[in-house]
Amino acid sequence: MLGTGLLQGLGVTAKNFVGSFHDPARLTTIEYPEVKTKLPEAYRNFPFLVTENATDPMGTLRCVACQICEKECPPQCIYIEKSKDKKPDATGKPQLFPAVFAIDTSVCMSCQICVEVCPFEAIKMDQVYEIATTDRFSALLLNREQLAKSNAYYHEIHPTEAAEVDARLAAERKAAEEKAAAAAAAKAAAAAAKASPVAKPPLTA
Amino acid sequence: MTAALVLIAVFTLATAAVALSLRNLIHSALLLIASWFGIAAFYLWAGAEFVAFAQVLVYVGAVSMVVLFAVLLTRRSRADTVIAPDSVARAISAVITGIAVFGVLGAAILNTSFARLSPAGVPPLPSGTGVSPVISAPTATVRDIGMQLMSTHAAALLIIGILLTVALLGAVVLAAQDGPESKQESP
Amino acid sequence: MTLSGPLTFLLQLPLASAAGAADAFLERLPLVARDWVTSWLPEPWRWLVNSLLSIAVILSVFGLLFAYVTLAERKILGRIQNRPGPNRTPIPFTKLRFFGLAQPFADGVKSLTKEDVVPRGADHLLHFLAPVVLLAFSILTFAVIPYGRHLVPVELNAGVLYFFAAGAATELAVFMAGWASRNKYSLLAAMRALAQLISYELPLLLAWVPVVLVAGSLSTTEIVAAQAGWQFNVIPHWHVFTPWGAAGFAIFMIAALAESNRSPFDLPEAESELIAGHLTEYSGFKYALFFMAEYFGMIALSGMAITLFLGGWHAPSPYVEFIPSYVWFMGKLSALLLGFIWIRATFPRLRMDQLTRFAWKFLVPLALINLGNAAFWSLSFHWSGPFQILRWLISVLVVVGPFVLLGRKLSAGVAPRVYRYAV
Repeated sequence: MLGTGLLQGLGVTAKNFVGSFHDPARLTTIEYPEVKTKLPEAYRNFPFLVTENATDPMGTLRCVACQICEKECPPQCIYIEKSKDKKPDATGKPQLFPAVFAIDTSVCMSCQICVEVCPFEAIKMDQVYEIATTDRFSALLLNREQLAKSNAYYHEIHPTEAAEVDARLAAERKAAEEKAAAAAAAKAAAAAAKASPVAKPPLTA
Repeated sequence: MTAALVLIAVFTLATAAVALSLRNLIHSALLLIASWFGIAAFYLWAGAEFVAFAQVLVYVGAVSMVVLFAVLLTRRSRADTVIAPDSVARAISAVITGIAVFGVLGAAILNTSFARLSPAGVPPLPSGTGVSPVISAPTATVRDIGMQLMSTHAAALLIIGILLTVALLGAVVLAAQDGPESKQESP
Repeated sequence: MTLSGPLTFLLQLPLASAAGAADAFLERLPLVARDWVTSWLPEPWRWLVNSLLSIAVILSVFGLLFAYVTLAERKILGRIQNRPGPNRTPIPFTKLRFFGLAQPFADGVKSLTKEDVVPRGADHLLHFLAPVVLLAFSILTFAVIPYGRHLVPVELNAGVLYFFAAGAATELAVFMAGWASRNKYSLLAAMRALAQLISYELPLLLAWVPVVLVAGSLSTTEIVAAQAGWQFNVIPHWHVFTPWGAAGFAIFMIAALAESNRSPFDLPEAESELIAGHLTEYSGFKYALFFMAEYFGMIALSGMAITLFLGGWHAPSPYVEFIPSYVWFMGKLSALLLGFIWIRATFPRLRMDQLTRFAWKFLVPLALINLGNAAFWSLSFHWSGPFQILRWLISVLVVVGPFVLLGRKLSAGVAPRVYRYAV
């Protein structure tokens, strides 16, 4: 009969209206500045520099100023100056560090190539999106201090990826430590051999 | 009360006169509608509420649309808008028509008995009692008009009704004989 | 005299509350307040100030109602479309939001500060007059609606006729807007809008004629008085609870939707297809005035529907009569406006030919049959006992039969649409 479809339609909208007060599936809006959505893990926007320790970000940067990312960056938005001296890194090994590390985010296209090429897991993709400023030059040129974010933050935004990276780094460090230990043992053995020429020569490491 | 009548009369006549003199037909039509409003106001002044509102409903609501549609649909170009009374014959025929209409109306007015209408029939304005002061009908209520239409003037009402129905059917026939595209409509 | 007047009114307040339901204090409150104000004035000025006060109250109450109907509409449409609607506008200079209740005022400021563009070739006077005329006539319609037991701004012998005469004059403004814009699309859209308004004028007028027939009066107060009383104290004697009244109410509301340019009949200014129809060349506050007039028309037509079919200010049952009559009126008005919004949220827009066919082939015949039905109803008012049941049966059949037959004819060859990929 004429009109039954109309009544059905009215029923559908009424259900939506009433449902919007108690059913979250019928009121999906997230009111942005107060509430923020959980971004998907794969979301990426602008790189940041990983530091081991949040309390001393500049002292524990993983970056060793090798300048690979600077060379690889397609829009050439990265600028690095090497330090003159060396500082011990997280493992205690003396390394160079970036005296200046700047990324021009007005040029950066978030391509992630810097992340791909970094051999030290020192630069990773961030999830920032509230980057509007009133000054389009200096405010968009991020320096070392602004770029440095802790490894804990990295775990927060990309948990799976960060766990993999940490496992890999731990394995590398373990291997390096074992190698160092073996080298030290070899050294000690050599020293011992030198001290007592009678002793057997050590096994090849 | 007389001042109001003078005001209404001046408004009605002035809008009608300006409507006659204007070159722009749409402006003339709109002023004509304003003049009809003046006539409605006069009916209201005379206490004939029903006639006043019927005047607005029929003339301002419906007849005005006919006039405006006619002006818009019949005008071919902008040059058509100006029609000057360029011939003497035309002016004479216009004057004769005007006098004839005036004569008919005047005769009708003169032959009507106004015995039932007296100044005493107008009630005093209610003050501060809750009802706003509006000129109320002194003699003829809507019910009276209905009774009159259905008894004394029943024949006239029927004839007008038949005439309008015939006109409506004629319009439908004229509009339906338009062309093959009107057959697209589902029956 | 100037001082003793107000004092006596203040003394009368508790006395008034002791009287019966019709004279309850809350019922008389608006009158008492008005008389208190006018008692400060000398006698010759009182009637004038009384009228001015009525006008001011109507303008402010319905102006505010307009503002909040727009907000309610946006919020309810939002809720129906799974979003919260406007809720961010704060009270100025604070951070208090109160669900965005300041939104209508922000909208008003916005439209006031926008540039008022008038096309170079436009007829400036008519272009300016169109919204003014439209708004003036829509406001005029508020004069005859009985808002409460003692609240009728103007009591007219032919009140219903006045209402629809003022409503009919709005067509003029639509034409003026379209023609004065000097834009061929505006003019075409105005013609379309006029075709729609004239088509739906007829069912609108035919829908209330049965009420006048049964009530025997064109006066709004008498029509409301004819709907007083209750059956078994629960079923009110409203016209909508009779077969012809229900049909008349439905026809009236459908025609009112079309007359006030509301969805699904909003094709005169279909935003998505025609930009804004005859309002294309209007901007800023003039555009807002058109919208104000549209909402005023909607509110006034709802008020008239309440007066004609929903018992006016009468309470639905004597047990709830202690709630003052104007509250009942406003409640019914809100319910009808909610219905308007609900319908807008649900139905898609009609096509022009569907619109006119619906009016001329469906609504007008039904309204004419309904007129006969009402005549039968008023002639058979003395039937009792089993004849009462027969009377209802005949009346219901006269409503339902033509509806089914005409509806079948209207939807012949139009199958319900099947959406293959929709869930």
